[in-house]
Amino acid sequence: MSDKKWLSIDWALFTGLFTLSVVSMFVLYSAGDQNTGLLTRQSIRMALAFVVMFAIARIKPEQLLRWTPYLYAAGLIMLVIVLGVGVIGKGAQRWIDLGFVRFQPAEMMKLAVPMMVAWVMVKKPLPARLPTVILGFIVVAIPAALVIKQPDLGTAILIAGSGLVVIFLAGMSWQIIGILAGIVAAAAPLGWYMIHDYQRQRILTLFDPWSDPLGAGYHTIQSAIAVGSGGLYGKGWLNGSQSQLDFIPERSTDFIFAVFSEEFGFIGSLLLLLVYLFVVGRSLYIAIEAKDSYTRLLCGSLAVTFAIYVFVNIGMVTGILPIVGVPLPLISYGGTSMVSLMAGFGILMSAYSNRWFMR
Amino acid sequence: MADFEIKDVFRETRVFTSRSIVIGILMLVLMGILLTRLFYLQVIEYDRYSTLSKKNRISVVPRSPVRGLIFDRNGVPLAKNIPSYTLEVVPDQVSDMDNLLDEIGQLVKLSEYDLKLFRRDVKRHARFDTIILRSQLTDQEAARFAVNRYRFEGVELRARLERNYPMNESAAHVVGYVGRISSRDLEKIDKSLYRGLNFLGKTGIESYYEDVLRGEIGFDQIETNAHGREVRTISSTPSVPGKNIYLTIDSQLQLIAEQALGDYRGAIVAIKPDTGEILAFASTPSFDPNAFVYGISSADYSALRDSLDTPLLNRALRGRYAPGSTIKPFMGMLGLKAGISTDKKTFCPGYYTLNKGGHRFRCWKHSGHGAMDLHDAVVQSCDVYFYDLAHHLGIDEMHDSLSLFGFGSKTGIDLSGESAALMPSRQWKRGARDLPWYPGETVIAGIGQGFVLATPLQLASATATLANKGQRMKPHLLLAEEDPLTAEKKLNSPVVLSSEEWNSDDLEFVKQAMVDVTDSARGTARRIGAGSPYKIAAKTGTAQVIGIKQNERYIESEVSIRHRDHALFIAYAPAENPQIAVAVIAENGGHGGSTAGPMAKKVMDYYLLGKKPEKKKKPS
Repeated sequence: MSDKKWLSIDWALFTGLFTLSVVSMFVLYSAGDQNTGLLTRQSIRMALAFVVMFAIARIKPEQLLRWTPYLYAAGLIMLVIVLGVGVIGKGAQRWIDLGFVRFQPAEMMKLAVPMMVAWVMVKKPLPARLPTVILGFIVVAIPAALVIKQPDLGTAILIAGSGLVVIFLAGMSWQIIGILAGIVAAAAPLGWYMIHDYQRQRILTLFDPWSDPLGAGYHTIQSAIAVGSGGLYGKGWLNGSQSQLDFIPERSTDFIFAVFSEEFGFIGSLLLLLVYLFVVGRSLYIAIEAKDSYTRLLCGSLAVTFAIYVFVNIGMVTGILPIVGVPLPLISYGGTSMVSLMAGFGILMSAYSNRWFMR
Repeated sequence: MADFEIKDVFRETRVFTSRSIVIGILMLVLMGILLTRLFYLQVIEYDRYSTLSKKNRISVVPRSPVRGLIFDRNGVPLAKNIPSYTLEVVPDQVSDMDNLLDEIGQLVKLSEYDLKLFRRDVKRHARFDTIILRSQLTDQEAARFAVNRYRFEGVELRARLERNYPMNESAAHVVGYVGRISSRDLEKIDKSLYRGLNFLGKTGIESYYEDVLRGEIGFDQIETNAHGREVRTISSTPSVPGKNIYLTIDSQLQLIAEQALGDYRGAIVAIKPDTGEILAFASTPSFDPNAFVYGISSADYSALRDSLDTPLLNRALRGRYAPGSTIKPFMGMLGLKAGISTDKKTFCPGYYTLNKGGHRFRCWKHSGHGAMDLHDAVVQSCDVYFYDLAHHLGIDEMHDSLSLFGFGSKTGIDLSGESAALMPSRQWKRGARDLPWYPGETVIAGIGQGFVLATPLQLASATATLANKGQRMKPHLLLAEEDPLTAEKKLNSPVVLSSEEWNSDDLEFVKQAMVDVTDSARGTARRIGAGSPYKIAAKTGTAQVIGIKQNERYIESEVSIRHRDHALFIAYAPAENPQIAVAVIAENGGHGGSTAGPMAKKVMDYYLLGKKPEKKKKPS
């Protein structure tokens, strides 16, 4: 049995993740003005994230199932606390500071929400019927609403997405899906008036960034120029003029793909996307092979969420999606999101070690 | 839950698998969308974005600050900025570099050297950096290029401020010069402080006070037209000009000191004893710092570097010379401190031996001085008296007490590369040479020969310390910093290095002996004292360059010029109220009294009386 092994990991998935980490180092070196301090901090985080992954990979899926409600409840409580602190501090408050470490409860919810929805779904036989589906929606809606209040629309959408994917994978009937789609379409104009001004502006500039090239359109235009001028082969590592000359804002974090794409061109971007596709594909395969419905649903959701991150980030950098604060998974500079992502991959590794036909 | 239902594992698996396939297809579609978008941006629209990127309509341009000026203590400029036209190229915007250089070469003279420097800089910098192709264009060249400028994309004609040193060779070692930032400089500096700057201080004050003089870079966000030329400024963070620096140097006094040295290789340092302000810091021969600003050609540079006269060497700061007899007044202070009576006489037969029939240490006066007390030994510079004194004090006592005057340690002047020279001790010789100390070495150290070495700066500082009654002030060149925007001046306050309480009677005694060097019938520098309206406390020195064998006599006319003795002279004046302390070294100048003494006199005459030397032309 796998639990006799010291490391319970899927080497194929590991190779994909490791490749992305290495790419991250190279791009960050270029994006961060050849600052080795930045690189050192990122490698420490990466090492930590890999340790978290290995640790979680040793937890059995049954154990996770048992912990799910508590984890979800703890996450909700922390979101409420953070919101309270934010109200006092009169601004967006997303962090909990434990002195030695700061983290965003919203990041934890990216795992806790799909876990909880999967937990609800497997109480009844699949495909899920209407009452279970409604219960699932409630489980998704509460944390999503709390995160929107922070306000962090981007993360709220991702959290909601990860939960909804579970419901979809649980076999929610196409009728319900059709009805929901209709409601969303009808509610869209209403939503337009509910979102913040800056959010509305971001969506508007998406359609015509040149209407305000120095203001709202600046990010979109400059990053499109960076990507476009990279051409087929790119300008070469450390030679992206857009990136190196400070045209691209937040080029170590959310806009790091612009740097990558300018310096490595279409060929480089294609290869990077293939690595991402491989990671997603492998994750879906692990999900299908998993030994019970809970694990399957959870793993499937993690794979899809990861893919959504990649799509939203690159979509935003290439100007087909509005600008939301979503980092490029495993490549952008930043700590919390990487740890929660790698924790998710730890669950996948565990699922693989305890799969259906495991001997 | 009441309504318990049986789970159909295979059905659940089937549901999940079919939904996974839907998801999988969706993933591929999304990936297709991204790839299509990337293909559109990077392949189909490549030309458009490439153009946009090269001529990005909005760019951030660093605005270089104006470098601070350097003045002497009276406000005479020693380093200033003058406008000059330069041709600058952004390689990234040039399609055919060779062709471009050819065509520019037909309008503007481009020397082999310009091209070599340019190609080297192109390699060193990023493709989108601005690189200087030619500097100091004449008005005609600038006009000719301006008319044809539309033909040259990526080439700019700029009016820049260029560093200029109006005093040329004078004080070049002190002021130093700026030069192009080299690849070695790049490893040391914080690049963010130098965005858009091409120069930095390389030597002297320009280098030592680089951080003060440089100022802070500003940034303009500018909009450019399709040819990459500025249309308007959108926002701007102004640069902060560097601070102006006032030096303690008096440029007239400096000129007089340099002219006094004439064709001799040597150095003159003049210090204000009560503050440590350096009034003159001359080192000859010198060089023209203006040649270094835009990069000196390697032939010219090797000529300077390999010259036997070492014009690039700052002798005042780094030259290590045997102090010779100029060490005697300090030895005298040591003797008095050790309790030697001023009446004690030593007989000088023309030589000194440690034991009967042993090695004969010669006095410069071969016939001998006869019976000498300390006063006469200083005035007439009797070697035998000081051989004996040194032998009684011992080298370690000499090392410790001479250190109180600054011998053997760096003064800490605000110039880099200072030499500590050498004040030997037993411990030093064991460590450095792994040899025991021999008594004979103490004997010759007593007259400033042997291992003892001092820089002209150290000698001047020691003399100033003597003049200032033992309080040693840190020699410094910075008088004040001035903010060019507010004209606010920040004075540099004097620093006390050490304060040794010498017996005032002893100080008075040595001072009187030094005055009698210039002001008595037997004084070795009586020619200088003759007719002087102020009293000068001084000591002459003559330092051997080559060893003289036992029983051989040194005959000046018979040794080649570069083997002749160095002439030394230290002095302070007026003796009762010292305003200036001077040290002079004229390499191969022969006798201190006849060669170096008059040089010091010229410096003191100008400083104390405002009298300029007669024969020389008046500098305008």
